[in-house]
Amino acid sequence: MLALVFLVPLGWFFFHTLFIDTDPSDLWDQIASVLTSRAMLQAIVTTNWISLLVTATVLLMGYPIAYYLANHNGLRFTLVLFCIIVPYFTSIIVRTYSWMVLLGREGLINQALRHLGLIDTPLPLLYNQLSIVIGMTYVLLPYVVLTLFAAMKAIDRTLLLAARGMGASGPMIFWRVYLPLSRHGVISGALIVFILSIGFFITPALMGGPSDVMVAMLIERSVEITLDWAGAAVMSLFLLVVTLILYAIYYRVTDVRRLMGAT
Amino acid sequence: MACVLSMYVGLICLLLMAPIVIVVILAFSGANYLQFPPTSYSLHWFARFLGDPQWQGSLWYSLEIGIVACVVATVVGFFAAYAFVRRNIAGKKLLLSLLLLPIIVPTVITSIAMYFLSARLHLVGNLFWVGICHAVIALPVVLLILLSSLQGVDVNLERAALSLGASRTRLFLRVVVPLAAPGIISAALFAFLASFDELIIALFLTGVRAETLPVRIWNSLHMEIEPTIAAVSAFLIGVTALVLLIDGLLRGRRAATMKTQR
Amino acid sequence: MSAAPLPQGGKGALELDGLTKRYGDERVVDAVSASIRPGEFFSLLGPSGSGKTTTLMMIAGFVVPDGGAIRVDDADLTRVPPQRRGLGMVFQNYAIFPHLNVFENVAFPLRARHVAEAELRVRVQAALELVRLQRFAERYARQLSGGQQQRVAIARAIVFHPSIVLMDEPLGALDKNLRYEMQVEIKDIQQRLGMTVVYVTHDQEEAMNMSDRIAIMNHGRIEQLGPPGEIYERPSNAFVARFLGEANLIEGTIERIADGQAELRTRDGVLLRAQVKRAAVGQAAALFVRPELLAFGAGAGNRVEGTVRRRSFLGSTIRTVVEVGPTTHLTIDLPNQGTGGGPGVGAHVTASWPVVHSQILLD
Repeated sequence: MLALVFLVPLGWFFFHTLFIDTDPSDLWDQIASVLTSRAMLQAIVTTNWISLLVTATVLLMGYPIAYYLANHNGLRFTLVLFCIIVPYFTSIIVRTYSWMVLLGREGLINQALRHLGLIDTPLPLLYNQLSIVIGMTYVLLPYVVLTLFAAMKAIDRTLLLAARGMGASGPMIFWRVYLPLSRHGVISGALIVFILSIGFFITPALMGGPSDVMVAMLIERSVEITLDWAGAAVMSLFLLVVTLILYAIYYRVTDVRRLMGAT
Repeated sequence: MACVLSMYVGLICLLLMAPIVIVVILAFSGANYLQFPPTSYSLHWFARFLGDPQWQGSLWYSLEIGIVACVVATVVGFFAAYAFVRRNIAGKKLLLSLLLLPIIVPTVITSIAMYFLSARLHLVGNLFWVGICHAVIALPVVLLILLSSLQGVDVNLERAALSLGASRTRLFLRVVVPLAAPGIISAALFAFLASFDELIIALFLTGVRAETLPVRIWNSLHMEIEPTIAAVSAFLIGVTALVLLIDGLLRGRRAATMKTQR
Repeated sequence: MSAAPLPQGGKGALELDGLTKRYGDERVVDAVSASIRPGEFFSLLGPSGSGKTTTLMMIAGFVVPDGGAIRVDDADLTRVPPQRRGLGMVFQNYAIFPHLNVFENVAFPLRARHVAEAELRVRVQAALELVRLQRFAERYARQLSGGQQQRVAIARAIVFHPSIVLMDEPLGALDKNLRYEMQVEIKDIQQRLGMTVVYVTHDQEEAMNMSDRIAIMNHGRIEQLGPPGEIYERPSNAFVARFLGEANLIEGTIERIADGQAELRTRDGVLLRAQVKRAAVGQAAALFVRPELLAFGAGAGNRVEGTVRRRSFLGSTIRTVVEVGPTTHLTIDLPNQGTGGGPGVGAHVTASWPVVHSQILLD
């Protein structure tokens, strides 16, 4: 009886996606034309590029923070955690809006710089790839920090002590011992961020320029504007398949690694 | 080296909180346009927000949908989590990751899928339907919280209650729910929050007549970056902060109840 | 949906008929049968993993048996869910509801049976008085000691007058002195209320102290069932002999059998005599005798000689280990009479015991 309650929402998704596909008749031609259309290819490139950028940025920025969290506790821990969690739970629209406020031509950063006399004309900080990356990094940082934190907590302290006992210096311990041990956390974090960023829609839509189109945005446009259901269906399926494949990889990586970490 | 790290972390924390804090401060600004730091302070943007019938309508709409989503997600999540914890279901790991799918699948896709189905069933714009769809999104979080909460309830307590003659209903109402209460409330709060803040699904499913708060913001943003939006945003931030605060307090109670059980 | 528990008022006869439970290929409980009389204090005794707790869980209804039946006063309960069986139960970790105070905990089963408020109050009071906790009614679990929590658990389990109460190692978490006190209290309550008790424990002293009959379990099977004295003095096999207190088991071969007595030639060549029930000449067997029934000196019956290897002071007993042959050691227990008596290490001694105190045991 209770198992039924599980299956209902699950059936939801797959049911729905199947429903969409009742439209197209010449499936293969449709798929091919949509997927190879200029807009789509461009979007795929943009999406991948931005997602990779964001993933890299987020990893670089987030690693030290996770490290800090894993090695401190008490008040500092709570404070830092607080700063991570509050943005995480704030509505995405509010977060995006706040960055728009900051980066716009009449935005706060430009105002401040103008005030200080550092520039004369406003910097084009908004409506380009830079702003998209900034916005998405802001949203996705908590995911990476939390994933890395969990992985780092699992690292056995005594291994580090042993390395020190053998005469290794600080930096060497970090590069040769700690970093490799945190490897699976890095991979998990990277995967999660990448998976999430290829599906991003709101942030690039609001903060990107006219030429910066990501796949999710294309899908939305197909539905809302051009009413091209078939096209939207195909693109969605493509995105979904890619996402699920990546998710399957993620699932494997986290489980297998966890087993390995236990030995 | 450790010094540099601390400074870096401090900087990032500031950067993380800055946008949110700035928006809140802006909402209290007295000027007619965006200006930081504000030269004067007033509540007039909030007045504009709460006085405008359209914003008000959005607020109510969001609240109603939020409550529906909250109730549905919490009830369904509770029974699902209970079944998970107490019964031996095959392939738990797999089932669990399947249940986390709503978070992984890009929301756009699920939104248009839902939209498609809703259009067929003429449910676009139906309040309860949007609430239920939101509940689906909120379910993973609810499940995670309730799973951990229910695992903390000693199974012997349930056995004792049964051995003493309690019916299943009594068992749930008088034993399981009170003991898992902090977790249930937290889960409900987060479900509500997930719905209240949610944009994409609402965008597709609410139709033209009524808009939720986030949808309204989205539509307004395409037109101009007006400070009223700042006030609305500040309001949303406030709700988020409130939920987090209550959850933090409940976490303390949760730990305490678990300690008295052996 | 009728979810009311079965009515009380039965006599409390419990019949276990071939109960079996398998986990995978392993038979955790293997065809366990017993007829427990109303008002009897019945213990399931055995090492961990012997299946005693699983058996109790089947009686309670939390584990579904793979085979066999459970009958209470001729009613078949095998398929009845636990909340309708009307049996009281006390757990090892007390399972006191932390969100209810003592009064509400004890009142719980009465509320589940929709007992009227006035009567409920009276009965809860009575139960609390029985366990001497009447002044603790307002307290919560975290304000009570382990022993007090256990008494609340007992009060709660008996307040609705079940005819049978199940106890799963209830005193396991208490320290030794408290345990002995509680044993006496539990036995006292049981006799006053006249209920049947099925008691699971791994502590043989506890079982012998409290029980009318004991069932010793090993690997899912009942090895022996009977009153404590009978099991202690006449164990049916080596496992039972060793499990209940100290046992001397001298291995050898049977040479002659006549009139219920057998002659056993030990590995070291000594000839000894013992009671025997069922054995064949030439069989490998062990001679069993309790350490406290041996005496130093050349008395009648079996006689052996050896050297004292070890002396232990156990408080009320002085335990001596004597080597009577290259492979045979005898443990002799003497009461501590305050004289520091008994031979010292290295002394050459003779030990003896009446034939009737020893038994042939086959494995």
